[in-house]
Amino acid sequence: MPRIESKINTKSQEFAVNAEHMQAQVNELREKIAQIRQGGGEQANKRHTDRGKLLPRERINALLDPGAPFLELSQLAALDVYEDYVPAAGIIAGIGRVSGTECMIVANDATVKGGTYYPLTVKKHLRAQSIAEQNNLPCIYLVDSGGANLPRQDEVFPDKDHFGRIFYNQANMSAANIPQIAVVMGSCTAGGAYVPAMADESIIVKEQGTIFLGGPPLVRAATGEVVTAEELGGGDVHCRTSGVADYLANNDHHALKLARDAVARLNRVKPVSLNLSQPQDPIYDARDIYGIIPKDSRQQYDVREIIARIVDGSEFDEFKALYGSTLICGFARIFGYPVGIVANNGILFSESAQKGAHFIELCAQRKIPLVFLQNITGFMVGKQYEAGGIAKHGAKMVTAVACAKVPKFTILIGGSFGAGNYGMCGRAYDPRFLFMWPNARISVMGGEQAAGVLAQVKRDQKERNGESWSKEQEQSFKQPIIDDYEHQGHPYYASARLWDDGVIDPADTRQVLGLCLSASLNNPVEDTRFGVFRM
Amino acid sequence: MLIKLLIANRGEISCRIIKTAKRMGIHTVAVYSDADADALHVQMADEAVHIGPAPSKDSYLQAERIIEVARKVGADMIHPGYGFLSENAEFARLCEDNQIIFVGPPVPAIDAMGSKSAAKKIMEAAGVPLVPGYHGEDQSPALLKQHADKMGYPVLLKAAAGGGGKGMRQVHRAEDFDDALAAAKREAMAGFGDEHMLVEKYLTQPRHVEIQVFCDMHGNGVYLFERDCSVQRRHQKVIEEAPAPGMTEALRTHMGEAALKAAAAIGYVGAGTVEFLLDTDGRFYFMEMNTRLQVEHPVTEMISGQDLVEWQLRVASGEELPLKQSELQINGHAFEARVYAEDPDNEFLPATGSLNFLQPPDESDYVRVDTGVRQGDKVSVYYDPMIAKLIVWDEDRPKALRRLVKALSEYRVRGVTTNIDFLYNLANTKAFKQAQLDTGFIDKNQSEIFIKDKGDIASLLPLAALYLVLNQEHRQLSLTQNSQDPFSPWQSLSAWRANESHEQQLDIQIHDTLHQVKVLQLNTAAQSLYQISGEGFSVQCQGHIEGDMLTAIIDGHRQKVTFSSQGADDEEGCSLYTQHSALHFRHILPDLGLLDGDAHGTGLTAPMNGTIVNLMVKPGEQVSKGQVLVIMEAMKMEHSLKAPSAGKVVEFFYQPGELVDGGAELVNFEASEN
Repeated sequence: MPRIESKINTKSQEFAVNAEHMQAQVNELREKIAQIRQGGGEQANKRHTDRGKLLPRERINALLDPGAPFLELSQLAALDVYEDYVPAAGIIAGIGRVSGTECMIVANDATVKGGTYYPLTVKKHLRAQSIAEQNNLPCIYLVDSGGANLPRQDEVFPDKDHFGRIFYNQANMSAANIPQIAVVMGSCTAGGAYVPAMADESIIVKEQGTIFLGGPPLVRAATGEVVTAEELGGGDVHCRTSGVADYLANNDHHALKLARDAVARLNRVKPVSLNLSQPQDPIYDARDIYGIIPKDSRQQYDVREIIARIVDGSEFDEFKALYGSTLICGFARIFGYPVGIVANNGILFSESAQKGAHFIELCAQRKIPLVFLQNITGFMVGKQYEAGGIAKHGAKMVTAVACAKVPKFTILIGGSFGAGNYGMCGRAYDPRFLFMWPNARISVMGGEQAAGVLAQVKRDQKERNGESWSKEQEQSFKQPIIDDYEHQGHPYYASARLWDDGVIDPADTRQVLGLCLSASLNNPVEDTRFGVFRM
Repeated sequence: MLIKLLIANRGEISCRIIKTAKRMGIHTVAVYSDADADALHVQMADEAVHIGPAPSKDSYLQAERIIEVARKVGADMIHPGYGFLSENAEFARLCEDNQIIFVGPPVPAIDAMGSKSAAKKIMEAAGVPLVPGYHGEDQSPALLKQHADKMGYPVLLKAAAGGGGKGMRQVHRAEDFDDALAAAKREAMAGFGDEHMLVEKYLTQPRHVEIQVFCDMHGNGVYLFERDCSVQRRHQKVIEEAPAPGMTEALRTHMGEAALKAAAAIGYVGAGTVEFLLDTDGRFYFMEMNTRLQVEHPVTEMISGQDLVEWQLRVASGEELPLKQSELQINGHAFEARVYAEDPDNEFLPATGSLNFLQPPDESDYVRVDTGVRQGDKVSVYYDPMIAKLIVWDEDRPKALRRLVKALSEYRVRGVTTNIDFLYNLANTKAFKQAQLDTGFIDKNQSEIFIKDKGDIASLLPLAALYLVLNQEHRQLSLTQNSQDPFSPWQSLSAWRANESHEQQLDIQIHDTLHQVKVLQLNTAAQSLYQISGEGFSVQCQGHIEGDMLTAIIDGHRQKVTFSSQGADDEEGCSLYTQHSALHFRHILPDLGLLDGDAHGTGLTAPMNGTIVNLMVKPGEQVSKGQVLVIMEAMKMEHSLKAPSAGKVVEFFYQPGELVDGGAELVNFEASEN
């Protein structure tokens, strides 16, 4: 396969400035994550560990195969969304290997508001389940939660994608032989009680885990009965009397060992029907990406330089290189897995969109997973282009992306604006995973453009009414719009609301894609049936 | 030459004898107990006959049964090996009565040396120098103490009928004399059925140097030089060597002739060893004469080029000695290290179990392994837990020592705890390299041998931690390689984490101390880099494992070390061998609480198979913490089980004399509330 020859001069002034800028963003990201990792804070953590309980991330580490990776998802969930401090939305979710099998792990963090479910906690839990379902990953729930967050019940309880959907998913995944294992390591109250009750197998820690529909206060209020939590729904009760739980564990470590044993006997074989080859590291350093991404996001650069730092041996077999050159399509390998890469190298024209649709058809036909590197301001506009049918050509690409059943992975490496987001497999197009770089921005259009459009409308209105509008007035009208777009288009804002699966260090892109690719192979690739392409 | 030889022994010495006999065209007959039905010596012999149940008193010590077998199979000759019946005059006499040749000295010679006090009288009369001591018949404790006081402390108490360190006690202060005497007598009584004690002056820095003698029936006698067996623990030899470092030609001749004089004094025939204590001033004193082939005879074979078993068989058949004194010479230097199933960190408690994996170093002209076990064999409670004798030879002592160290680091045993690390560290001490030997060697050098120095531990811990981390990943690899996803990044990325560096805490136990080591995985593109830190160190490491070799780069220092794990799990223990030392460690995994809620979880269980000797308290009696509750004997040593806290004994589950299995609960103990 041909190798991409990098034209980057890593000694240049421009490279250094860019690198410094990206490094600062990565540092900020890592600091944020380090803060979030502290969970509910020192005091809450101490209260938790003093009871002999492990912190949620310690639980996950003990559950995972030692020395194996953990792909944590949506670390920034709920960041600055609520008045309350709810780091990671009070729930840790991610994919990791347990007894050699890739599993979805969902762990409540009881140090954060007692592990109660905020609206975004529910969304994160459901997103984890949907990833598990799409990729056929057994689910392990490490339960330690007080249930729904009562003050926000209207945003948590009644709707389709609210709390009840968790159990709907459990039932339907179980039906599809996607095993559901619950480990009760703390409270499991009310609706939460259904997590272990709906599980295929459940484990409970003695004198620590409790499962009940109504806790002691509610029981007392309802019937006057005075009962301790342990008597009401402790491990002994559920393993010996009620049968709600199956295995009684002595402590957290024991419970996690039992969960590992449970996964070990699932009888799962990961079917990989791709043509694999021995992985090779890219020949260029992934950290060069820091210096390649321009500090000024409006500046162009060649996306092949990024591809060269992600794929095996920096080898890339480009498709239709001479046609529709603002969209780069081609074949490569990541960790030995064959992939088709679709990457923006400028604005989308009709040719680029048709080329994209053609390439996606190829990959779907051959069952080659697709990777989208999204950096798109949109489709070309103007009389000539509308007349040339850019809408129908764009629609072809959107149809191809929407219907392709091969695993799709999207990385937002720059702008994600307008219909470009659709054609490049945005969130609505069901990529198996979607991650953002810290420099990426997402909105219906760029802030400048949006402000410009709104200002134009306003000016037209003023002029109709015979009012004057100074340049200064126009600027003070535009600035808040630009600021709003910048704020709402920021990856932290997006990630906090689960519009993606996480913000990643650009230098980790290859690793993240490799893990996602491998995880996705747990589900055999389906045949694709495309919709009607408007010719 | 006779043609059928019965070997009244087991283990490595039986195998050793069979090898020579086969080479000489002699038909061999082995005997075996229930426990040894599939043993190596049984497989190697031309014939093998079952002689009884596992305990040696019911099998290998059954003199009449063995004679009966010898007659039945028509054996002309019996080789007793060492231990068991080898120095039993009664057995030699039985052989004589049945017209079977006993490969050993005549009965009177065994008799003469059988009682240490009688032996000393004979030697005194023959003009062989003796250590000052009391060897009298009057055994009243007061009189024995009076003699001890007169000689001045320290003194040594020895069972007159004993050997091998049993029934033996050092006494350093007058006030300890009575307790030591009682204990020594108890052991002597249990071990030999005779509590007769000798009291001797205890030399503080003596070397144990012994002379190998050989005599035939025609009045010829030679000495095959000396062996230095100074490195001992509890009077058991650990590493022996020949020739003795620093030995002069004059002293060698002097000692050799004294030894021949001793042999002549009792009309000795065959292989014998005269043990001397060699004082720092060059004076030597007769200790005892062993009227058999010694365990450590191979070092003499290596430097003399002779096969001592062949000499024994020839002499026993009436031939003359193969060589004269003037024809014997020393060539090079040899060591023997005794590889034992025992736990050096736990007072050398004998270990039992299955040898799940056994891979001795490759044998060559330089390396010899005398063993009686194979992979899969059991080390049982019934016999000596020796796994093998590792013997090395080279032109001089430093070269031979390098061979020893290398061979020890290549010895792989899984399934039982061994003393290999201990031997490795011992052989690596400065004092041993400089041949500063005396019988107190191990005590004097224990901080080096047991790696107790904090600096040493701080330099070895990163290696141990790196090994554990890489080994975790290695295990993942095997999972992945056998799947349809053989290059999975879920394996190759090791403990990668999103937007953070994975930190793992490892609890590593060395001796009885738990060390907490933090391993931070630094995400780098190509190879995993780890920041490993603990008390007194913080280093950057990377490395890889290939077979049992770890290549480690620690703060830029690249080194290769070998590892040997005791089981499938690192929790069962693992040894690492650097160029200078061996470190035994265990990876302590989190407590799964499996013992919680076990009302009897007091630890009052038998540490190994053995016999209950005494119950020290009565059921119902209140006891204080640390009070001895039960004394049991296992592997010929006494072990006491103490109260874990104040409380009371509800019930003893065994009575004195009963056999118990390792791990059996001995006492129902009830701790008092406070």
